[in-house]
Amino acid sequence: MKPKLTALVVAGMMAAAPAMADLVVPNMSYRTGAYGANGTQYADGFNDYFTLLNERDGGIGGEKIQVPECETAYNTEKGVECYEATKDTGALIYNPLSTGITYQLIPKVAVDKKVLYTPGYGRTSGKNGKVFEWVFNAPANYWDGASVAIKYLLDENGGDLSGKKIALVYHNSAYGKEPIRTLQGLAEKHGFSLSEIPIDAPGQEQKSQWLQIRRDRPDYVIMYGWGVMNQAAIQEAANIRFPMENFIGIWWSGSEVDVMPVGAKADGYKALTFHGVGKDYPVYDELQEYVIDPGKASQGGEHVGSVLYSRGMYAALVISEAIRKAQELAGVSEITPEQLRDGFEQLDITPERLEELGLPDFGPEIKLSCDNHGGSGMARMQQWDAEAKAWNLISEFTEPDQEIIAPLIAEDSEAYAKEAGITPRDC
Amino acid sequence: MLYREAGDFKTSYRDDGQTFPIRLDRWAYYAALAVAFLIVPFIINDYWANAVFVPFLIYAIAALGLNILTGYAGQVSLGTGGFMAVGAYAVYKLMTSFPEINIVIHILLAGGITAIVGMLFGLPSLRIKGFYLAVATLAAQFFLVWLFNKVPWFYNYSASGQINAPERTILGFAVTGPATSAPAKYLICLVFAFALAWVARNLTRGMSGRKWMAIRDMDIAAEIIGVNPLTAKLSAFAVSSFFVGIAGALLFSVYLGAAEVGEAFGINKSFLVLFMIIIGGLGSIFGSFAGAAFMVLLPVLLKNLLVGGLGWPTDLAAHIELMIVGALIVFFLIAEPHGLARLWALTKEKLRLWPFPH
Amino acid sequence: MDQMFFAAEVLLNGLMTGVMYALVALGFVLIFKASGVFNYAQGVLALFAALTLVGIQQGQVPFAHMINAMFGTHIEHFGWTVPSVLAILLTGAVMVLLAFLIEKLVLQHLIGQAPIILFMATIGLAYFLEGLGDVMWGADIKNLDVGLPQGISETIETATAEWFGYGFFIDRLDIWATLIAALLVAALVGFAQYTKQGRAMRAVADDHQAALSVGISLRFIWVMVWSIAGFVALVAGVMWGTKSGVQFSLSLIALKALPVLMLGGFTSIPGAIVGGLVIGVGEKLFEFFVGPMIGGATENWFAYVLALLFLVFRPQGLFGERIIERV
Repeated sequence: MKPKLTALVVAGMMAAAPAMADLVVPNMSYRTGAYGANGTQYADGFNDYFTLLNERDGGIGGEKIQVPECETAYNTEKGVECYEATKDTGALIYNPLSTGITYQLIPKVAVDKKVLYTPGYGRTSGKNGKVFEWVFNAPANYWDGASVAIKYLLDENGGDLSGKKIALVYHNSAYGKEPIRTLQGLAEKHGFSLSEIPIDAPGQEQKSQWLQIRRDRPDYVIMYGWGVMNQAAIQEAANIRFPMENFIGIWWSGSEVDVMPVGAKADGYKALTFHGVGKDYPVYDELQEYVIDPGKASQGGEHVGSVLYSRGMYAALVISEAIRKAQELAGVSEITPEQLRDGFEQLDITPERLEELGLPDFGPEIKLSCDNHGGSGMARMQQWDAEAKAWNLISEFTEPDQEIIAPLIAEDSEAYAKEAGITPRDC
Repeated sequence: MLYREAGDFKTSYRDDGQTFPIRLDRWAYYAALAVAFLIVPFIINDYWANAVFVPFLIYAIAALGLNILTGYAGQVSLGTGGFMAVGAYAVYKLMTSFPEINIVIHILLAGGITAIVGMLFGLPSLRIKGFYLAVATLAAQFFLVWLFNKVPWFYNYSASGQINAPERTILGFAVTGPATSAPAKYLICLVFAFALAWVARNLTRGMSGRKWMAIRDMDIAAEIIGVNPLTAKLSAFAVSSFFVGIAGALLFSVYLGAAEVGEAFGINKSFLVLFMIIIGGLGSIFGSFAGAAFMVLLPVLLKNLLVGGLGWPTDLAAHIELMIVGALIVFFLIAEPHGLARLWALTKEKLRLWPFPH
Repeated sequence: MDQMFFAAEVLLNGLMTGVMYALVALGFVLIFKASGVFNYAQGVLALFAALTLVGIQQGQVPFAHMINAMFGTHIEHFGWTVPSVLAILLTGAVMVLLAFLIEKLVLQHLIGQAPIILFMATIGLAYFLEGLGDVMWGADIKNLDVGLPQGISETIETATAEWFGYGFFIDRLDIWATLIAALLVAALVGFAQYTKQGRAMRAVADDHQAALSVGISLRFIWVMVWSIAGFVALVAGVMWGTKSGVQFSLSLIALKALPVLMLGGFTSIPGAIVGGLVIGVGEKLFEFFVGPMIGGATENWFAYVLALLFLVFRPQGLFGERIIERV
């Protein structure tokens, strides 16, 4: 039995490293575990966009794109294993969709020279390209989100939030804690009071927290949640009849799966987003023609058009544009991760370019540089219409308050540079 | 025929009491050590180190620790994850506060700190027994995780509460931080695992080990023959936590490099390590290693077979993997409740008689 | 004065949450009493039951995803929906079948093993069922609707507002859960006290050997107890599933039930209920009043620490059987 087992082990390990020649963009997804329902939709969008490019254009610049998928289950150890298993297969870029795994990979990608792209999540100070040479988090990050939400509330209140009470309901993890400092800074600047209410994962039982909210009667509630915590919070908010239009979620708390279980009472709930919603874009016709109809859609295409699907697709779009740019700069079609990094730093996705890609006004303009890896940080607000079962965009792309965020980013990235012994690059 | 005691004469008590009384066993042991120390470091690559060897060695240390507590002293604990977190955060605080001191000392100190915390949470074991104690240790698990998440001092006031291991070197080679080479990672874990296994073996066959086993078999009877339950139980908690703390420190500093307490040291870790010792064999040093190897290798193997070999969609493969792991655990418990160590012992027993079974 | 009303409101809500915890704990106690198995899979049983219920209700094809992946087909639904009552009955049947299989394939082979081995076997079982549930019905979040109302009870709010000048918040789902739990417990007690099978069950719980010697079939009793536990899991799954959708995290409610068990004692049905109530009220009050001072999110550990403190004074739990040790 022993030699047989060893043979099996060896066979299994060999199978992990198939030879690849094309552009490799691993999809570190999670379709199981506590956040599987969310991860599935994102991974489908990510896969399908690359399938579209392969089917319609024969890849990018004539190079097909391979998207090997690796299941992480939102678990950092499995994430490390996925990274190690794929990094020697010519992988260019990683997008793990997990703040925990991102923190794990940030030091590793700097050594292995791979690009790490974390749109809307990950380490916020990754925006500082001087310290985080290999990390990109355009178009927006957690702190941008917090600031845009407050800006939106400022607009609603005629520019004055003084004396208002705002509660932050957050996932009690690295991810949920991210916005606290920004919000504290903003509270000082605009004179509102902030109360912080943590909720431990998984977060099914939030009764006492919402009773607290019922007692304190904050004017607005901002939520940074993920997974079942979102549904439970929206449900409890509906139960205590907290006005839904005063309840704002970050983009990770604003997908269909979060509001659908609550039904009609979720009507009016708002959430941030950094991309468009719905299927009303020309690219969906092409997806239908080249990917869905021929039966090539990831997992049968049942989530096409959902918020998280769109977000996965958008991440794939930004990556593919960066690859295109890198090919242009390098003059070769088979690029290296270094060239991809240069492509990202020269990336300029204009509104016209988005229109060409079949997604007019889908995302903000993304213009990156050597020191700015995070773009403008613009985001907009969407609102849930329970009757039509659809999200509607209700504001234009808004710039965050860089006056508050920029010093925080500088401080955090400097702390990291010191801790990790990095001398910031000159840009 | 070849594998036997005959002809291997013991002329001293020392010889008689040695760990491997059969010559072939001794040779196999030295050969395994030689391969582990002299050959593997030269052929190991990043994937094998990070996906297989380093987690295996670290979990083997944790399993050794829990086996001392559960297998030898009979106190079931579900707080392993929390104690690993203590080790991880202790080493982080030490590393960042005293960067000039050698990392090995920090790791040992982290084990010591965990031992103190472990003793504290071991106090209720004097009153509470069996499953009640197992569930009570969950209090340690949840409380410790909450504490490390809540008190900013533990994570040096970083914005997100993540901790990152800075680079530290031994003899000029980086052993923590991103630039660590695969052999360096492997070797530091191997040295710790080897040294701790040696310590565990000698503790458990000495007086303290006998006291623990007396407590395990029946604590009232043990008390009557003069074993002090207070010192025996608390020393078991302390030694066990020391091992587990070192495992946690290595897991964070050498293996992961960055950690978030709720994610990396959650309740799943506690169950995982408990599985290792039960599949491997309660009250067995070899069993701790065998169980750790089984639980680390099996998922990697299944994943590569199902996704890489058969080309299944990753989610289906992950679900089937869960089913197979679950079924195998049940199967193992039914086939051999005393674990892999017992299977190994039976095989050796058969081998001694081979080829004449009577 | 207001503080007092808040406290009373939190207390009431804590009691209701406690009932939900007690529902899960009840399943543990039943199995522990009858077979000495500490069944960690109880939470996953609840998840599995809820998944099956939704799957049957919506006419999902079991194993659709696997079949599609293997044969390249595109089947998802049968195209019918099943009324709630029928779906619940069918799910009950599935749980009985599951109980039978568990007894046949697992428990029967583990008779006489140490408790920890049995405990680990149920964790293995939990892994297996978790994977099976996902493969059978898919891993996405499902909405469970069997017609239970949800949201603030306005009658109570207006009534209390009239009496005390402060409107109390009570969730209608919690009221229903309490009623159903009360009914369930009454039915269980009735069953255990007044039926032949119930008496046999109590006999087995009392002494396996003696029960065997008077001709009670242990295997039948075990299948029966696991079926009942499966049914209790179904009820718990429906309640929690209605609250926050049916999905993986549902299985984690088992962790909420463990301190309840410690506190109430592993062998006592009243213990599970009282324990549930004490934990529910305790953790809610603590989170509400002390939580904000020490940073919140205390509920995960507070229940365990509370139970631990109780145990230091009563090592067998509130209602557990006295542990008598002889040398």
